[in-house]
Amino acid sequence: MIISRRDYLKFEILHFKWKASSLSTLEKLTIYMGVNMKKPVIVYKDYGFQYKEQGNPTLYNIDLTIYEGEKILIVGPSGSGKSTLGNCLNGLIPFSYKGEITGTLTMDGKEVKNESIFELSKIVGTVLQDPDGQFIGLTVGEDIAFSLENECMSTVEMHQFTQESAELVGINDHLDAPPHALSGGQKQRVSLAGVIVDKVKILLFDEPLANLDPYTGKRAISLIDKIQKDTNTTVIIIEHRLEDVLFREVDRIVLMSEGRIIADMEPNQLLCLNDLREQGIREPLYLSALKYAGVDLSPKKQPAYIDKLSITKEDKGKVKQWFLESAATHPKQEEKKLLEVKNLTFSYEKGKTVLEDVSFDVRKGELLAIVGTNGAGKSTLSKVICGFETADKGEVFFDGKNIEQDTITERAKHIGYVMQNPNQMISKTMIFDEVALGLQNSNLDEVKVRERVEETLKICGLYPFRNWPISALSFGQKKRVTIASILVLQPEIIILDEPTAGQDFRHYTEIMEFLEQLNKQRITVLMITHDMHLMLEYALRALVFSKKRLIADKSAAEILTDPRLTQQASLKETSLYSLAQVCNIEKGTEFVQRFIDYDREVRLSE
Amino acid sequence: MNKENGFGYIKRQSPIHALTGTTKLLMTFITSVAVMITYDTRFLFGVIILAGILFSVSKIQFSDIKAVIIFIAVIMIFNCIAIYLFSPEEGVRIYGTRHEILRISARYAITLEQLFYMLNVVLKYFSILPLALLFMTTTEPSEFASSLNRIGMSYKIAYSVALALRYIPDIQRDFHEIGQAQQARGIDMSKKVKLPQRMKNASAILLPLVFSSLSRIDVISNAMELRGFGKHKKRTWYRAKEFKGVDLAVIAICIGLFVVSLSLNYINGGRFYNPFV
Repeated sequence: MIISRRDYLKFEILHFKWKASSLSTLEKLTIYMGVNMKKPVIVYKDYGFQYKEQGNPTLYNIDLTIYEGEKILIVGPSGSGKSTLGNCLNGLIPFSYKGEITGTLTMDGKEVKNESIFELSKIVGTVLQDPDGQFIGLTVGEDIAFSLENECMSTVEMHQFTQESAELVGINDHLDAPPHALSGGQKQRVSLAGVIVDKVKILLFDEPLANLDPYTGKRAISLIDKIQKDTNTTVIIIEHRLEDVLFREVDRIVLMSEGRIIADMEPNQLLCLNDLREQGIREPLYLSALKYAGVDLSPKKQPAYIDKLSITKEDKGKVKQWFLESAATHPKQEEKKLLEVKNLTFSYEKGKTVLEDVSFDVRKGELLAIVGTNGAGKSTLSKVICGFETADKGEVFFDGKNIEQDTITERAKHIGYVMQNPNQMISKTMIFDEVALGLQNSNLDEVKVRERVEETLKICGLYPFRNWPISALSFGQKKRVTIASILVLQPEIIILDEPTAGQDFRHYTEIMEFLEQLNKQRITVLMITHDMHLMLEYALRALVFSKKRLIADKSAAEILTDPRLTQQASLKETSLYSLAQVCNIEKGTEFVQRFIDYDREVRLSE
Repeated sequence: MNKENGFGYIKRQSPIHALTGTTKLLMTFITSVAVMITYDTRFLFGVIILAGILFSVSKIQFSDIKAVIIFIAVIMIFNCIAIYLFSPEEGVRIYGTRHEILRISARYAITLEQLFYMLNVVLKYFSILPLALLFMTTTEPSEFASSLNRIGMSYKIAYSVALALRYIPDIQRDFHEIGQAQQARGIDMSKKVKLPQRMKNASAILLPLVFSSLSRIDVISNAMELRGFGKHKKRTWYRAKEFKGVDLAVIAICIGLFVVSLSLNYINGGRFYNPFV
């Protein structure tokens, strides 16, 4: 019999209570395990699935047992089948997505393929990735009550149940609020309340962190943890932001690759191995640092959780040594100012300012991150710069010239803007046409247009696909098409809204390395992002926004090691900083900077 | 129209707001039929006065609905002009007498009968319009779906209507954002470009709009199925209100109006009230 750490802890508590009784420890343990014997709730046996429209199966020979009350994290690169695995549970497969199932999957003792999606929804509650898209009701209350309405519950009872669930997730003060009045984190709370209102046994989260800022993501993970403990549900989280999920303990991590499970073990065990890295999953940064420093990891040292990490004195010495040995890089010399924003104030409605007195410079050839709370005005800022919106006060200078009077199209010649969702930009069916679209209204002749489009396609690595339909591309490739369609206009600055949102590590790296390449060709890049890793790794400088104002303009390492600042802007202190503290390294900021430089070199040599 | 929810709902505390959506829907529906089957001027005036009283009770201000009223008024002016141009003698034909005020040409003359007939047409519109507006401004969109369902429409259709209303603002926002992004690619949609080119350029927004809307639909329909939508033949409503005495009274009054309208048809010996004989 395997006794998990958690069970043992529970047992210890009971043991303490039973102290007065005359039973021996072993007897107590036997009784305890008899009562608390883990009951399997989900059993995949030699399970496989193939989508109707695909040539190969997406899942092969899955054998996986999940026990009652467990908290499981499923990780894997895009296309590894992790979402499919989840959709098999909640009934979207085969109800919405048709295909062929092999093997068996039982849930709560029932064979899943014989149940309807409605029966399954009573057992599994699913929280989808996009909290905005799954908001069905017109107000919070209605949305939470949606499944109760479908169950024909009486209105009185329904209000009571809704109130209870809303209290559990802490959204009970907003029952009458419409979706657009809520933040991303609040919307996700509503989605969660909407499934726990059903008293489900299993909660399934499909990439719950994708649309949240770092701080809100942290709160979401704590909330999931709390709900699980309060209601004793089984929790399955599908997510590739590993470090963020490990903010709270999980029982097991299931690693998937190409439709197969390649690891299924305790987090502390898995994180000692190199499997995650090999599969293109980003391991927590402090672990990379420990590995660079040559520290031997073992499950005993609890490497999965930074706050529980227990490394030896010798290990700490190794980290310190590594820090002292790796050389500091020299700061770049200053270039001329390309974009200047001076005392910018903006409001959509009179009296409600979104940006207040914002001033900063961008120098030629910089790669800059813009970070901050959801709704702090980051996207608005880029809209004002591009001329979509007009500032109430203040000026924007480009190359020393005030561009106040320039139209969107005129500004677009110098400043390109790439939206977050490529589907919102693509308006042609063929790649070549899409990239050429922006040039058609210029005075260039056809030969010149062709030349320029082909050149851009080559830079973006899309030249071999130039005659392909866009629908055949992956999300990351589409993103690249949209970047190409802006680059073809030869802007000097390119602003990207969340360039890597929803991408797994491999695609993320692809996009970012591409942007770095562009940057080397002296194109100035501004990125609006929630991703702290991205900011640390790629941006030399970052602008931090909070509550309408620019509150910091510093290097990424300085920002993410300043607790006051990270809290104010809903960012997350980097775990590297915590590691520096564990190892008694006083110069935390410098430590982080060294790591970034070192890591970049390692990546480049790979 | 309220931009925030894509519907006309204006939140106030009033007895009209407290009525169930079903009551208000039935009130609008029955009264509209009653108004439609008669041209009795006295009756139409009565309904307008009644609607005016309801409006003052509902605490909806004239300024809230000014835009719609002006819009309908403009349409009515055109409508009257059209009626006069195409059948200047309609009133004479209906009422059987002829009181000429002014002769303009061989075909066109202004008669009391024609003016009276056109007044009735206008009254008809303006007796239905306030009730329809009242329904829209005092019924929450979500209650709207449940009231459609209560009067017999399948809940799936009723819910789709409510969802469409819910997504209007989102799609408007998408449209706006896509438009801006396309302009930033040199596809000029401002007044600096000629109209045909502008139309062609505007079409560049359509494809992305369709795709982003389709993916929205995909997500929402999955989310709805996962939460049991369509499981049973019936469903209940979070926003549903209980029928109270007032509701029944209001419906009774409306049926009363309908009966009055019917009997007027009988008394007048036709749809028109004739003051000329």
